[in-house]
Amino acid sequence: MNKPAFVRIIPGSILAEKDPNRKAAGIQYLAQESRVDVLDTLHAKGTGHWGGASSAAELLAALYFHGMNIRPQEAKWADRDRLVVSKGHSSAMLYTILAKRGFFPLKEVMATFRQLDSRMQGHPCMNKTPGVEMSTGALGHGLSVALGMALAARVQGRNYWTHVIVGDGCLNEGQTWEGIMAAAKFKPERLVLHIDYNKVQLDGPSAEIMPLDPLPEKLLAFNWNVAPEICDGHSVRSIFAALDWLRAQNRWPSAIIYRTHKGHGVSFMADTARWHGSPVDDESYAKARPELMAELEKLGKAI
Amino acid sequence: MSKDAVPTPIIAGRDAFGQALLELAETCPEMVVLDADVSSSTKTLAFGKKYPSRFFNVGVAEANMADIAGGMATCGLRPVVSTFALFLALKAADQIRNVTCYNNLPVIFAGGYAGLSDSYDGASHQSIADLAVFRALPNMTVVVPGDAAEVKPALEQALRRNGPTYIRLGRNPSPVLFENAPLLETGKIRKLRDGADITLAVCGIPTYMAIQAAALLSERGVEADLLEVSTLKPLDSEQLIASARKTGCVLSIEEHNIIGGLGSAIAEAVAKFAPAKMDFIGIRDRFPESGDYLLLLKKYGISVEDIVKKSLELTRKEKFRGNSKKLAGNIAAG
Repeated sequence: MNKPAFVRIIPGSILAEKDPNRKAAGIQYLAQESRVDVLDTLHAKGTGHWGGASSAAELLAALYFHGMNIRPQEAKWADRDRLVVSKGHSSAMLYTILAKRGFFPLKEVMATFRQLDSRMQGHPCMNKTPGVEMSTGALGHGLSVALGMALAARVQGRNYWTHVIVGDGCLNEGQTWEGIMAAAKFKPERLVLHIDYNKVQLDGPSAEIMPLDPLPEKLLAFNWNVAPEICDGHSVRSIFAALDWLRAQNRWPSAIIYRTHKGHGVSFMADTARWHGSPVDDESYAKARPELMAELEKLGKAI
Repeated sequence: MSKDAVPTPIIAGRDAFGQALLELAETCPEMVVLDADVSSSTKTLAFGKKYPSRFFNVGVAEANMADIAGGMATCGLRPVVSTFALFLALKAADQIRNVTCYNNLPVIFAGGYAGLSDSYDGASHQSIADLAVFRALPNMTVVVPGDAAEVKPALEQALRRNGPTYIRLGRNPSPVLFENAPLLETGKIRKLRDGADITLAVCGIPTYMAIQAAALLSERGVEADLLEVSTLKPLDSEQLIASARKTGCVLSIEEHNIIGGLGSAIAEAVAKFAPAKMDFIGIRDRFPESGDYLLLLKKYGISVEDIVKKSLELTRKEKFRGNSKKLAGNIAAG
């Protein structure tokens, strides 16, 4: 099909931007651009998870382009901030954002995602993909791993931040709640739980499959420091505000809940389990891409 | 076997482990220890008291513990994860597979109370599948010390290795065999006796039984090639195969289900490179029960008598009758 090209934002321009509003607008554009790239990749390869990838676009982009101190040219720098993407099925979005941040070429993601001999595994693999801090995929591991990283910082006297992104599915796993209890016991400085709360999981709405509400109250009851507002996870300015709140905290561990929408950006793919991991077929692709492009054009005017 | 026949001194694997942690703490400052609310049983508590900032009691949450260790290992620490073998192998299996082994992280898993050694607690606590589980995970090294003297070198060598290690430990005091012997070498079989009639391959606590059985067999004209296989993975195939080719029959002896542990590891190697008659001493795919440790081992087929009996059957040099008073007398005399 006809795939209209689009103007790509220069990642370096976002990183160099001093004005937070302009920077947020740039990241907002980059996140949407990444949705187009991910949809193109998933359609071309006939495999991958659209729903959870799209859900995390703005959060991943905001963390890698604003919230974290990292060195893509020195991926293993000891004092780098860590991000564990516990919902590993959002791999296509993670790779796309990492590529734009300079860890590897974007064309490698699009050409080799989920293919034999690729560095771009179906679910993230830390020993294959630069920038990936932990291999994930089986749900529920991320918080425990991140807790270990944050405790290592304490043992070694380092000051890096450890972020972990979990989804609804991770919060179904008992291990995550073990991690929630343990983090509240050890209180490691600069450990942040980001909840990509799109309220849909593989089989259906979380409210039907495994209700999680009331989520903030649960975390508070487990003695976590919880951001007072539910953040709009698709607004980069809203994510910036949450990150500003975070920097002012001295109580650990801290959590931010983001209201997101699984499959966000494509009307018929949003808020439905149907597009958790189904291949993007030609017909759906032809309908979905123009929707993403229309929004991208709108965002371009705001820059 | 009567208790009088057990050689002395006797030290428990868990005590040797607790002591080794203390002795290695200063030479390995990256080492941290995690335990799941059983530190007074596994003997990590002394380390925890002396090095509180390097000790993490995570409560009864083995999965969480294993992954905390994985995260620590990515940051340059050398975590030693300790709890009962059963819970490591089965409550934290996904974590050990997907985080530690998949990423080849240098985490040490110390499985205490292994085999039947948590004898009075019963089948719910007895670990007879841990070797099968850990052997099947790529990148994992699996070490089963044969006595207390082998615990510290196993731990020390694991701390130097860039990958995961499982170290299996017993709860109960057992004979110290290798105090004045060369140190355990991970990945190497220790040859304890040279013989041409049968290969006895043993790991863990039953090692002392195999030593006694080999002596009894010798009295009956059967010379055993006795191999202590302290590393199940990677297996020292070279020595094993040389022995199997020489003797033509192999008896494996372990405190584990006969499915998936030492016997299986040996069979895999022997079947391919030196086809030989084999038999297996171990738990015969059933759940044990509560009771005295040595009586329990005996009831479930792990004893000097069983080793002698199966060896004789395998070599067919002499048909052993289980009620033979003469042999029973010999065994009781050690």
